[in-house]
Amino acid sequence: MSSILQINNVTKKYSNHTALNNVSLEIKEKAVFGLLGPNGAGKTSLIRIINQITGPDTGEILFKNEKLSPKHIEQIGYLPEERGLYKKMPVGEQAMYLARLKGLSKAEAKKRLIYWFEKFEMQGWWKKRIDELSKGMQQKVQFIVTILHEPQLLILDEPFSGFDPINAQLIKNEILELRKKGATIIFSTHNMGSVEELCDNIALIHKSEKILDGSVKDIRKNFRTNTYKVTFKGNVLGFTNALWTGAEILEKSSEDDVHTLTIKLLNGVTSSQMLQAVLPLCEILSFTEIVPSMNDIFIRKVNEGNEVLGTKSNYTE
Amino acid sequence: MSKIGLIIGREIKSKLSNKTFIVMTFLTPLIFVGAIAMIFWTSMPEKIEQNLLVIDQTGLFEQSLKGNDFITLTFSKQDIGKAQDEFPKSNYTSILFIIKGSDGNIIPQARLLYKKHPGLAFKTYIRQEMENIYYEYKLQSNNIDPAVISSARQAFDIKMDKVDETGAVNHSEGVQLFSFAMGLIMMLFILMYGMMVFRSVMEEKTNRIVEVIVSSVKPFELMIGKIIGVAIVGVIQFLATAIITSILSVVLSGIFLKEINEMKSQFDDNKQTVMKYGINAGAALKNTAQFKDNQKMFETMEQLQKIPFAKVAIFFVLFFIGGYLFYSSLLAAIGSAVDSEADSQQFMFPIMIPLMIGYFLAIKIMISPESNAVVIGSFVPFTAPIVMMARMPLDPPMWQILTSLAILYVSFILTTWLAGKIYRTGILMYGKKTSWREIGKWLFYK
Repeated sequence: MSSILQINNVTKKYSNHTALNNVSLEIKEKAVFGLLGPNGAGKTSLIRIINQITGPDTGEILFKNEKLSPKHIEQIGYLPEERGLYKKMPVGEQAMYLARLKGLSKAEAKKRLIYWFEKFEMQGWWKKRIDELSKGMQQKVQFIVTILHEPQLLILDEPFSGFDPINAQLIKNEILELRKKGATIIFSTHNMGSVEELCDNIALIHKSEKILDGSVKDIRKNFRTNTYKVTFKGNVLGFTNALWTGAEILEKSSEDDVHTLTIKLLNGVTSSQMLQAVLPLCEILSFTEIVPSMNDIFIRKVNEGNEVLGTKSNYTE
Repeated sequence: MSKIGLIIGREIKSKLSNKTFIVMTFLTPLIFVGAIAMIFWTSMPEKIEQNLLVIDQTGLFEQSLKGNDFITLTFSKQDIGKAQDEFPKSNYTSILFIIKGSDGNIIPQARLLYKKHPGLAFKTYIRQEMENIYYEYKLQSNNIDPAVISSARQAFDIKMDKVDETGAVNHSEGVQLFSFAMGLIMMLFILMYGMMVFRSVMEEKTNRIVEVIVSSVKPFELMIGKIIGVAIVGVIQFLATAIITSILSVVLSGIFLKEINEMKSQFDDNKQTVMKYGINAGAALKNTAQFKDNQKMFETMEQLQKIPFAKVAIFFVLFFIGGYLFYSSLLAAIGSAVDSEADSQQFMFPIMIPLMIGYFLAIKIMISPESNAVVIGSFVPFTAPIVMMARMPLDPPMWQILTSLAILYVSFILTTWLAGKIYRTGILMYGKKTSWREIGKWLFYK
């Protein structure tokens, strides 16, 4: 798969702090890319550079192997974290204006807006002013405006914040639909649940540096901790004795003679070796590997990062 | 380029569809013309029928005191006490008692009793009539020819004429007030539309829509589009106000036509008297004080007619464009740097100072039109639009006007460029109180 965006050694400095320090990323076409990181890590700076709102101090960005330039603006759609529309302007007029700023013709913008207004059941809204709409309704308008020009690259900064679960689902489905149609989506969020659900690849930025990237699958595989959850019927003491020094018990819970243990295998013991050892002693009801969630990985990496990078704070955004 | 067109279009539409804006555009001329009408109306004599009984012990006024269309006079030799007793039930609206002095001489004193207050105009009329009669009586009783008095007390008229480099003589007196008005209007225009840009920038920033827009257009394009849009709105508003004002003025002068003609004929009468007796033939004049005011006004109007209005108008537009672009780009930069209007005070101050200096220099022009401060002020771009415009009716040398204009236009290119740099960074900065130092750093961001 070819890449839509290639970020090479980008550095961005503000007067008293570094927002991005030598960050390189590759974003594959037709995939959902998660851009993760704690607040103030430099995500917004990177997104603004991709949107050409600001420029990098050093480094370069390639859009489909071409140097990123103003002509690419029309192929990018951007939903900022802090949403905003003109409060006093009618919805339809406003959407038309923003669509035409992205290069759509008047007729085309109108046609597409009518389609989306119908799809999102917003037909009656055209003449309403934004400040007459609820927050969720405003978010819908903003989402439509972002995708109306059918961008090849869609950058969504915390797209689900402010939506109720039903509308969040609606938006989620739209995002997946857009990917199916061939759009690439950069997805900046703290919501790790949605990362696992939606993202193919991620990059983790912390304190201006990229500390982790790759496909969600690979990352989770790499962060396996050899931890398993076993539920069995039988004697707990016998079970633990059988393991001896090959495992450490992290958690224990019992209900009658059904016991659930969370164990971490040590000293290179494999899961089959462990099962062979305990099988004669008890009846195994279930056995699953505990793969760390993206949330766990996020927290672990960020904490590691804090140790490595020291406590020097560069939190200004 | 078409995107700037879209931005300009939106800016114009959003302003023109704003109710307050529309109301203000229509209300301003209404208030303006209304105020003038009010002043005019209040200065007009009240036309209430007055039936006045005059009890004149001196006998001086019986023959000479005359009424007018509204004032009917009846003379009587009645006893004062009796007349006063009967007054409440009589048809007279007021009684005028003219009593002799204790030594039997005529003294300039009288007493007026009234039922309903007859108004200032009535009192002024009666008083002036009596003064005239008394004046002539006094002169005659001392065997003095009134013409001697007026020929002795004459106002000296010093006519000021300017001789320019070519030796041509220009009379340019009486236009100082017009000068000041030009400067003042220029300042108000720059400030009004500059603030409109400022608010528009801040609105987009606080709405947070600006981030969406700058992902489609360059911040500089957005700023320029905004500035041009507001300028067009300004022109539309100016034209609308001008048209409405002139329509209202025509309507109004139609209503007051009769009064204006009366004033004019009275003025002409007085002018004849002045020609005959000189300016201090006060007593012979109707409405002496008013005549003097009118004379000044008519003279000033004659001077104003000599101002090259076409030239002034053309340069007004040129200086307005330059001054507006100069200040509105600075105000756009400030609007981008702050989160709320309250925070903007510290940045507003340095912008207001040069405007105020320009204003004071425009006042100074009235007192000393060609002082060094005024000439320098008309070149410095911060004050040039105001000061040069105020100098314009006094016909400054053309090379000075053009140099000033050139400096202003070069400066506005510079300020717009600087403002663009500040704007670009400022619009995306939130939640931090901005300082001058900070803004200085923004200039160097890539």
